[in-house]
Amino acid sequence: MKEVVKALGHVVFKMPLGFLVTIKHFFRKPVTLDYPRYKEPMAPRYRGKHYLERYEDGSERCVCCGLCAAACPADAIYMEPEEGENGERRAKVYEINLLRCIFCGFCEEACPEEAIFLGREYEFSDYDRNSFIVNKENILTPHPRKDNPFKRIYRQVRRVYGVTDKV
Amino acid sequence: MLEIVLISAIKVVVVILVVLTGCAYATYLERKVVGHMQHRIGPLYAGPHGLLQPIADAVKLIFKEEIVPDNVERVTYALAPIISFVPSMLIFAVIPFGADTVLFGHEVTMVISDMNVAILFILATTSLGVYGIVLAGWSSGSKYSLMGGLRSSAQMISYEVGYGLSIVGVILIANTLSLRELVEQQASFGDWFIWRQPLGFLLFLTCAIAETNRLPFDMPEAESELVGGFHTEYSSMRFAMFFIGEYAAILGVAAVATSLFLGGWQGPYLPSVVWFCIKVFLFMFFYIWLRATFPRFRYDQLMAFGWKVLFPLALLNTIVTAALVML
Repeated sequence: MKEVVKALGHVVFKMPLGFLVTIKHFFRKPVTLDYPRYKEPMAPRYRGKHYLERYEDGSERCVCCGLCAAACPADAIYMEPEEGENGERRAKVYEINLLRCIFCGFCEEACPEEAIFLGREYEFSDYDRNSFIVNKENILTPHPRKDNPFKRIYRQVRRVYGVTDKV
Repeated sequence: MLEIVLISAIKVVVVILVVLTGCAYATYLERKVVGHMQHRIGPLYAGPHGLLQPIADAVKLIFKEEIVPDNVERVTYALAPIISFVPSMLIFAVIPFGADTVLFGHEVTMVISDMNVAILFILATTSLGVYGIVLAGWSSGSKYSLMGGLRSSAQMISYEVGYGLSIVGVILIANTLSLRELVEQQASFGDWFIWRQPLGFLLFLTCAIAETNRLPFDMPEAESELVGGFHTEYSSMRFAMFFIGEYAAILGVAAVATSLFLGGWQGPYLPSVVWFCIKVFLFMFFYIWLRATFPRFRYDQLMAFGWKVLFPLALLNTIVTAALVML
């Protein structure tokens, strides 16, 4: 008898409340994105896969000083220097282990030549671990990115405001 | 004679096709509705808004490898899906889908078999469905399946009592066992038996959910405890048979509930078949809504609920209705 009354009470008073909750959520906008088709707008300060910048004449900015490797808390950067055609110093080997990298952006801040930047690419999954060790050829931009003003102030501005939306 | 046979044959084929398609799209509806209730999107890629998803699922299941474990009882293992599939399809033999119409110059009754004991037939066939599950659980030779089979036998037998008794009220009022006459008695909105048997309707609903093994009474399956229960060891089309059977049973129960309590195909303006479909659809939506809302019962709660709450209430409902009818 007690159970019957309790059950009827639940049916009349409590179950409708549960139904209300689900039907309310039914008419809300789903939080799931139809991902490959629609992508969430990115934060302007997003730190994705690295790229090495060039001068406007096309020569590499990186002089292989090793400051980024020194600043890297994850010890993800390895480099070997060499002498270039015009006697300038440049990197012979410049490798970043993306599996070790924690995308903190310290390399970007440490770089005195404005050479390394964290870009906006985040879809770089792959099938084997070795392909995550990217070398200079992989991350060197083919040409200087036009919307990137090579100015020392860039770093400060980016740090304070998160300046550009497209890099 | 030939004409009757032909008309019946055509009706059977049409009903089977419609029911199977309905089952397929019931899965789509379920995935979409539950998805949106959980702030997800549901199937989206096959066809516009994922509308071809059921076809993709069917194709996938057909091409899946049939894996039969070593220690199964071969004959029962093969028979079980059929035993669970056929009874749920049989229900549709006695469901009236619409008012009598004249098609191409022939008088057509919109029911395959206008049985005068349709309700008894439905009760009998739904009870048969349990054999498929029990045999599947037993013949699979797996402890999860066996547990699922045991649970379902106990559950379905317990809820069978309430299921039958909850219908008795309606039968007493209508004084007939024929679904067609039942529907004809509910001509207008006010005549629906749900208004005269509200408790009976609630009881029927609850027992029907338990009968069809749906959440919150899906003890035999119980993914999180029994890894799928009775169909753990099934794959490919045999699994699909269980799946279709389950959804056909849900559709069947929806159709029975519509005919018994919600006025069947009766309704203004629209054709009777359309009304019937609308009501069944709403009932299906309610089923899915229920699934998205409530968690699964614990097994002892389920049995206690069946015997201590549903059974006395159904008995009380029957007695009160009988007394009122006598007066």
